[in-house]
Amino acid sequence: MRSVAFQYHAPRSLDEALAILAEVAPEDGRIIAGGQSLVPTMAFRFVRPGHLVDINRIAGLDRLSEQPVVASVPAPDAAPGTELVIGALVRHAAFHRPVVAGPLGRLLTEVAGHIAHYPIRMRGTFCGSLAHADPASEWCLVASTLDARLVLRSVRGERIVRADDFFTGVMSTAIEPDEMLVEARITLPSAGARMGFDEFSRRRGDFALAMALVSFDLVDGRIHSPRVGVSGVEDRPCRIAQAEALLEGCVPAIDVFQAAARAAAAAVDPLEQPQLPAIYRRELVESSVRRALERAWV
Amino acid sequence: MSAAIAAAGETPVVDRPTEAPVAVPGTTAPHNDRPDPFGQSVTRLEDLPLVRGQGRFAADLSFPHQLHMRMVRSPVAHARLLGVDASEALAMRGVVAVWTAQDVVGIPCIPLREGPSVELDPYLQPILARDRVRYVGDPVAAVFATDPFIAEDAAERVSLDLESLPVLTDATAALGEFAPGLPTQPTTIRKGYGDIEAAFAKAACTVELELATGRHSGVPLETRGAIGRYDAARDVLELHGAAKVPHRNRDALARMLGRSPHAIHLFELHVGGGFGVRGEIYPEDVLVLLAAMRLERPVKWIEDRYEALMTTNQSREQVHRVRAAVAADGFVLAMDDEFFHDQGAYVRTHGDRVADMTAGILPGGYVLPAYRVTGHYRLTNKTPAATYRAPGRFESSFVRERLFDAIAQRMGIDPIELRRRNLIRPEQMPFPRGIETIEDNIVFDSGDYPLLLQKTLDALDWPRLQADLQARRAQGEAVGVGLACFVEKSGLGPADGVRITVDFTGAVEVVTGGASVGQGFETVVAQICASTLGVDYRRVRVVHGRTDRIQYGVGAHAGRATVMTGSATHNAALRVRAKALDMAASMLGCAIEGLDIVDGRVIRRGDSGPGLALGDVASALAPTARARGEREPGLTAEGWYETPSMTYPYGVHVAVVRVDRDTGAARVERFFVGYDVGRAVNPMLVEGQIVGGVAQGIGGALLEEFAYDENGEPLAVTLADYLLPTLDDIPPVEVMITEDAPSPLNPLGIKGAGEAGINGVGAAIAAAIDDAIGQPGAVTRLPVTPVRLKALLRQRAG
Repeated sequence: MRSVAFQYHAPRSLDEALAILAEVAPEDGRIIAGGQSLVPTMAFRFVRPGHLVDINRIAGLDRLSEQPVVASVPAPDAAPGTELVIGALVRHAAFHRPVVAGPLGRLLTEVAGHIAHYPIRMRGTFCGSLAHADPASEWCLVASTLDARLVLRSVRGERIVRADDFFTGVMSTAIEPDEMLVEARITLPSAGARMGFDEFSRRRGDFALAMALVSFDLVDGRIHSPRVGVSGVEDRPCRIAQAEALLEGCVPAIDVFQAAARAAAAAVDPLEQPQLPAIYRRELVESSVRRALERAWV
Repeated sequence: MSAAIAAAGETPVVDRPTEAPVAVPGTTAPHNDRPDPFGQSVTRLEDLPLVRGQGRFAADLSFPHQLHMRMVRSPVAHARLLGVDASEALAMRGVVAVWTAQDVVGIPCIPLREGPSVELDPYLQPILARDRVRYVGDPVAAVFATDPFIAEDAAERVSLDLESLPVLTDATAALGEFAPGLPTQPTTIRKGYGDIEAAFAKAACTVELELATGRHSGVPLETRGAIGRYDAARDVLELHGAAKVPHRNRDALARMLGRSPHAIHLFELHVGGGFGVRGEIYPEDVLVLLAAMRLERPVKWIEDRYEALMTTNQSREQVHRVRAAVAADGFVLAMDDEFFHDQGAYVRTHGDRVADMTAGILPGGYVLPAYRVTGHYRLTNKTPAATYRAPGRFESSFVRERLFDAIAQRMGIDPIELRRRNLIRPEQMPFPRGIETIEDNIVFDSGDYPLLLQKTLDALDWPRLQADLQARRAQGEAVGVGLACFVEKSGLGPADGVRITVDFTGAVEVVTGGASVGQGFETVVAQICASTLGVDYRRVRVVHGRTDRIQYGVGAHAGRATVMTGSATHNAALRVRAKALDMAASMLGCAIEGLDIVDGRVIRRGDSGPGLALGDVASALAPTARARGEREPGLTAEGWYETPSMTYPYGVHVAVVRVDRDTGAARVERFFVGYDVGRAVNPMLVEGQIVGGVAQGIGGALLEEFAYDENGEPLAVTLADYLLPTLDDIPPVEVMITEDAPSPLNPLGIKGAGEAGINGVGAAIAAAIDDAIGQPGAVTRLPVTPVRLKALLRQRAG
């Protein structure tokens, strides 16, 4: 469990980092931030990067702030409002307390508590999780369900990708080898938005076997623009349109939630995994979606 | 009774009978302000270096110019090994040697500890695979390099020419072939007594079950490690990183390597957990020794976690087909069991002892007039198996107690009442079980099983607990309670000895052949020595795990250290005490009978004078001291303890479990252990042993499983897949230690405690889950994973 030899780079600026990355990309050069996923896979020799570009010394990448929503090419219709900007060096532990007022801040704190264990949360990063794209990653579910915009930069320039287009499979994303995920942007929901999260794992801190994230507004006592996201089940996080359609316009109630949860369970196509029959994964999806909805409502 | 229960974090209180404790001959009750350390929860002597980060584990030890060893292991579960090509590895800078089976031709397979066996010897593991590989992880070659990174790089470049063979992963399936002419069933264990057929013929009811325990094992925080060093100046071969049974291993290694046991020494460092798996002889231990001699440099090998989960002994995997003949009143007339023991790819040092112990202890503490067992000891293409804490007992308690729960259900008798009707009564003690196991004729030496059951029920306020759970179930919660009774075994003999020496400062050294796997061995032996001799236990230094200091030793396994080494310590301390009193009487000019030793000083009874320091008595006994006269030199003595048979502590486990019907997750809310340990030398350490054991038991009951796919590929080779319980999974464990049945077999009345916490956990949790989901008999297989529990819930719903 010792990594193969690699070259280590410690740039001081983003430009320097991107320049090195462009140079080493053909030799499986990789960004390292918290290293909480990358280093164990290197120890097992599952991955053998020739170069590691350590971004921890670059000032400003720990940006965690609000800004007016920036309209961008893939999201020209982005509603006006405020977005939360999460830089490449923002650690999971930054979310131990709400980083913004309102439902999103509370939700992110709830979600962060499910990510691995305290020492891992002190080092691992939000953007690192997205770039790693483990199907059981909590932050990937957040990004997918809340339609985050991911800012990718390289010496060739900058592009912004919607979460839907960003995740392409198990540990696979739209990031090009010479690109770096420099920040994620999430639009702040309305102050009255209801958000809920549920996850099931064998032990506290383990990889989830299923999780669900839901969000909706209440207009005249009825559910409006619901989002139902599920992860840990398929190769990437996904929204469940069938469940959302069932919720839209309904008065929140247990049976409504149960119907949506059943629809979600029916809609997912669980990954084939030894010792984890699909029927069981569907049952977990059902209970996670129902519980997330109950939590959002209460 | 509740005063006797310690909640987590409190100092445990022992439920001691009111009559006088067992008298320790030759001593008197202490009459100063320092209490007798025997029976006290004194703090551990071992802890200071450990909590200061000054501990020294195998990976901490290095010698100048050492080489690093890395194993090349089989990537497949069963194949013919046609060739090994190491040329590319050998060409790498820093690689000193690569060995295959051809380089170790004269070295025999790793032998059985208890001596040769015609049946089992053909199935032993060679230190490097010869013409077949038989499990994923089977060592095929060893790379020696100047640096551990180079060694690992080079090991990857050794290529193996393998030709697939059929893979066997199920011990209940048709037999395969270990080698030409050697079927995968080396032996069958048969035991029994009484007339089984007659019992079943007259039974009012018969109950039959198929039950399985999953493959899991001890996973010490510290992985294995071995550092071999040959000291040519003294012609001594050294193995550092030994554990558990250094003396027995020294003898085996001496035989394998053709050396005198005087010319090979084993050294124990700090041991980060043993649990039965650490400290056995594995191929790597032999290889570092051989390489140290041949390559003339120290050789270090530290197992990584991936290897640990793939190659260190696994355990527990059995399938039982058991049936009971029951009389109309619930008295169980007979038990008949056939089981399949999955030994994995090779017979290792324990041989068939786990299967044998399973067969021997399965009847537990019930009367059972007739019993028959057939154990099929079978090889498969999985990691070899051996002992793990409470070997054969965790498994057999699950089977027996599941059977008794099923009988209770079938007969409509309360499960507690059923047990009462069947438990051996105190007036039947000593109770000959009528069978032997591991060369020991089982005779339960002492015990009041119904009393411990009653004390447990009282401590828990059983009727109220039942009412509370009933009320919660009525509210829709899936919560239940389960109980298991068991008899433990400990103090496997036959003999152990120690040497105690008092130096001129009054400090005491106890040289033992024992071993410490972190259980508090030094403290307990020091307490016994201090109590018998009359000194402060903190002035007693306990030497263990060094074959160069003492010729014999039993090590630390099978719940024997306190019983065997402790009793030998007591006997040696009595002799040192007698010597000291004899010398002091002469120095003080008074009769021996008027003297006592208190806190390291010889004093006249009833006299408040300063007396004589034990160190001065030791000086007077120096070989050069005139005062010694004709006395044997040195304030030192050896003491031995021999036992005719094992001693049998016993316990009751109770689990309260809540089930999440949606996810199938089972959570242990509460766990209670009632245990009679004969006499507790240090109740705090007994409690620590029990709590740790419960944690491991919960792992085996709910989480841990070494699963394999149909190709024999191991599916749990990281700690993300092999799920050890975390603090979050362990409830506060309530422990009630009783001393109602001291052992008549040893001078201190003590019995073992190391396996008390784990024995009945699987059985109790299984019963609690049945109760929680309202499906009696639902759990037939451990671990009860959420997937399996959901399947049970679905079965019922469907």
